[in-house]
Amino acid sequence: MMIDIQNLRVRFGQGADAVTAVDGVTLSVREGESFGLVGESGSGKSTVLRAVSGLNDDWTGRIAVAGTEQGPKRQKGFYKLCQMVFQDPYGSLHPRHTVDRILAEPIAIHGLGDADARIDRVLRDVGLGPAFRFRYPHQLSGGQRQRVAIARALVLEPRVLLLDEPTSALDVSVQAEILNLLRRLRAEHGLTLVLVTHNLAVVANLCDRLAVMNRGRLVEEMSVDELRRGAAREPYTLQLLRASQGYDRATAESFRDYA
Amino acid sequence: MTDRKMADNAPLLEVSNLRVAFPTRTGMAEAVRGVSFTLGREKLGIVGESGSGKSMTGRSILRLVPQPGRVTADRLAFNGEDLLAASPRRMRDIRGRRIAMVMQDPKYSLNPVMTVGRQIAEAYRVHSKAGAAEAKRRALEMLAAVRIRDPERVYDRYPHEVSGGMGQRIMIAMMLIPDPDLLIADEPTSALDVTVQMQVLAILDDLCSQRGMGMIFVSHDLNLVASFCDRILIMYAGRVVESCRASELHAAQHPYTRGLLASLPRIDEPPGDLPVLSRDPMWLEA
Repeated sequence: MMIDIQNLRVRFGQGADAVTAVDGVTLSVREGESFGLVGESGSGKSTVLRAVSGLNDDWTGRIAVAGTEQGPKRQKGFYKLCQMVFQDPYGSLHPRHTVDRILAEPIAIHGLGDADARIDRVLRDVGLGPAFRFRYPHQLSGGQRQRVAIARALVLEPRVLLLDEPTSALDVSVQAEILNLLRRLRAEHGLTLVLVTHNLAVVANLCDRLAVMNRGRLVEEMSVDELRRGAAREPYTLQLLRASQGYDRATAESFRDYA
Repeated sequence: MTDRKMADNAPLLEVSNLRVAFPTRTGMAEAVRGVSFTLGREKLGIVGESGSGKSMTGRSILRLVPQPGRVTADRLAFNGEDLLAASPRRMRDIRGRRIAMVMQDPKYSLNPVMTVGRQIAEAYRVHSKAGAAEAKRRALEMLAAVRIRDPERVYDRYPHEVSGGMGQRIMIAMMLIPDPDLLIADEPTSALDVTVQMQVLAILDDLCSQRGMGMIFVSHDLNLVASFCDRILIMYAGRVVESCRASELHAAQHPYTRGLLASLPRIDEPPGDLPVLSRDPMWLEA
């Protein structure tokens, strides 16, 4: 197992205001697998990802990545193994750093050396090429920025890529390019992907297996083949599937809240 | 209501050769380049990617294009009245009362230091001579009409105390309380979860059919627009490249529209590379 999560709980706030954002989630992702974590806002899907990545250190349960048990604080070596790409490439890149500097930083932190060749290689890898190396983020389109964010994650040659809504801030034609890129990178580098999204069609395109979350709980796990056949078992998942098929007056009427 | 009946056959909105331009260091940059359409009492979708000019088209109808943008048109008429020639005072009268607008994110559209109920009541009182008690009664009715379960309780809430879906319903209630003839909705459900999105659309759908309101629905989501609207304009680089009945979007002819449709991942298709749109410079002119 590349990622093994047992009974993960994350709470925010104190006393009466406390919210249980993740409520006893257990799931595992095999090496080389592409796993989708699906849910609506507030379902806890991103919080699971942030706990795995070490961005959220206040959790209980067990998280193991590549067979190593993880504590609240991560060792430097962890980030060589596991990297994250965020939703908004307009916010996740330093506006006053060039692409070159953005990509050189992780190399310097991990003391990898040979920065020049690594940056050159990773830029080609994400389909940008050396011409983009000395540009600033504001000189790039949204799709190009997301490619830089992916390059920044890949430059450490990680084995796991955590993706938090990597295409939802992008136009659909650009989304297609990024999905194709992620599929190619996964095949070439044998990456394990964990993709958090609200978009079932994106999961169907990129993932092998998925888990559906609602209000901090894992509702159901299924293969993408089952998703494609509409073979969901839980009413919540079926509702999500119907909602993603476009507007229909009668369907909208049938929706209800699942606690 | 009487003028509404009289105008039933005439188009609600006529737009001909609409242009929106912004001065830049290198000359005028045109965001909208000659858009023409007419709108009846129907749901018209305007679809396009970011930068296609779809939002500017919606805003220019209300003359809400920010300075120093310049709006020109051969004709921009609402119920036969020339909007470009209307005085600022007349425009204030039209905005809200006759043409209302719902924006994408309720977080930025609602006043954070005023309860939602007072904001809705205010929207009513600005456009009518109603007293405070009457306005409150109407606001509560409107909250119920957008299917908020406990209007009395929500009336006294502040915007940060309600969810995104409820915030957007409150926005819609506020926009519809003066009973406008035309609603311009700019990505009204894009910030919402899919299930909430469907519920909000159902509310808009009902209000349109019950009140005989016209609607311009600006969105980047092709499938959503195809399933919700009656007619669609597809915009690219400031122009309308194609218009069709919503039910016939799948049979669209323009390579841009076809490319966009093809680039959408689908749940029922096996995983694999998606066709990538290659942009033809010809589309800028065609």
